[in-house]
Amino acid sequence: MIKHESIETNVGLLIILTLIVVSIGGLVEIVPLFYIDDTIEEVEGIRPYTALELRGRDIYQREGCYLCHSQMIRPFRDELLRYGHYSLAAESQYDHPFQWGSKRTGPDLARVGGKYSNEWHVAHLNNPRDVVPQSIMPNYPWLLATDLDYSDVQDRMRALKVTGVPYSETQAEYDANVTEFGADVADQLDILRAEEHLMQQALAGNYDGQRSRITEMDALVAYLQVLGTMVDFSKYDEGYFAEFR
Amino acid sequence: MNQTKGKTGGAVQTTGHAWDGDIQEFNNPLPSWWLWSFYATVVFAVVYWIFFPAWPVANSYTKGVMNNITFVDSEGHKKTMHWNTRALLIKELQEGKTAVLSREYMDKVAAAGYSEILGDPEMMAFTRSVAKGLFGDNCAPCHGTGGAGVIGLFPNLADDSWLWGGSVKNIETTISDGRLGFMPAFGDVLSEAQIADTASYVLSLSGQTVDAAASARGKAVFQTNVGGCHYCHTPAGTGLKSQGAANLTDQIWSIIDVNGAADPAAKKALVEQVIAKGVERRMPSWSKRLTPTQIKLLTVYVHELGGGQ
Repeated sequence: MIKHESIETNVGLLIILTLIVVSIGGLVEIVPLFYIDDTIEEVEGIRPYTALELRGRDIYQREGCYLCHSQMIRPFRDELLRYGHYSLAAESQYDHPFQWGSKRTGPDLARVGGKYSNEWHVAHLNNPRDVVPQSIMPNYPWLLATDLDYSDVQDRMRALKVTGVPYSETQAEYDANVTEFGADVADQLDILRAEEHLMQQALAGNYDGQRSRITEMDALVAYLQVLGTMVDFSKYDEGYFAEFR
Repeated sequence: MNQTKGKTGGAVQTTGHAWDGDIQEFNNPLPSWWLWSFYATVVFAVVYWIFFPAWPVANSYTKGVMNNITFVDSEGHKKTMHWNTRALLIKELQEGKTAVLSREYMDKVAAAGYSEILGDPEMMAFTRSVAKGLFGDNCAPCHGTGGAGVIGLFPNLADDSWLWGGSVKNIETTISDGRLGFMPAFGDVLSEAQIADTASYVLSLSGQTVDAAASARGKAVFQTNVGGCHYCHTPAGTGLKSQGAANLTDQIWSIIDVNGAADPAAKKALVEQVIAKGVERRMPSWSKRLTPTQIKLLTVYVHELGGGQ
């Protein structure tokens, strides 16, 4: 039997026992989420980001957008009226790390995809006050002037693959993606052809309005335009998502 | 607990330690109010486990007892499940005080035609108050809070010039399907002189002072297949609403700020630039994001903004 005094006078033992107690709290709260069936909603349409969107997401993080913008619509009536359907856990299942955020200095961006035109995003990111006079958002003029560095996009996809995002490298993984997401999306998730597809998407989408270049603006706007657009909520019954709680 | 009265009663005991010879440590027991509060929190936790979702069990978790919420699903069946915020939201949208009140009007607007809404002061008051919020969230980022737009990017909705038509039907189509405004670039098609002449003619249409000879040469480009401008802008220059082609005969400029330009040369340079580079403007489709009734409310609101047609 360990006496209280012997724990208090033995720092090493105290640390170990404290860690055990704290771990139990963490394990009980976190671990079940990995195996409880209801954690991630079963929903169609969610796919990992394409190479271009992924680079856009990196820029989103680099510029610290998450410090002022959340990506988490809560299930309240006022949020529903303003932002749309509440966010699902499934919608951020391929986000590592997730961009839920905790501070809304600017509006929530979870469903900003498709809400505004590419031209608006370009004008707004370049100088927000050109389109929203009362905005306090900083200017990001270098996005339009900086060519996108996508030389390491394959490594970035490989890193995410380690965390469980189904980007493919082998034929078997590719085939699995075709079954899961369809051939078009599976192509986009192919690490070996990532640069080719990134260029294709940027040129076809022409997100920044400059056809001759692929800029950081292309990537960021491509990312913003896909946010919250993957699930077709008209396909689901009102009570469906409540079943997962 | 035998030492709780330490302060008022007998002497407080020490732990028995002594440092540096005479530094000792009192062994005051915990105050009883603190101790009982602590026991109370333990009891509370046990009660909480019973009534609220708490413990993970296999692939699920304990949902709590006496913890149900009932709402009506899309097919009209009553559905009861353990209390959660998603179900609460559905219930609130169905039975909440504000939601019920606003639905009454929403249903009324949904059932009414445009002329009916425009003629009914009560429905118009409701439309203004609801659509103002909708406009602020969805339209104002581009078109501005008051609908004044941004020259070159987003059309002004508050004037009485309508690129795609100002009738309620036109506005409804614009909002629900979106629009792609496109004028091709003529920089490679016309010579610099032809572009300059056409610019003079275009400026003359709205009564600007221009060189008459240049304007006459520009008219030939505009009204024939050399430039082909007349296909979309019509031979008279009043514009085809079906193409979103601007009326060039009024004083309203939505792509370039002609009225703000300093002198005739600057005005001409602006028009030349549009002819040479073309225009591409896109308005997104809102049919997937907004409900038909919300689009209806916005249609009426936008129609009112510009004193619609």
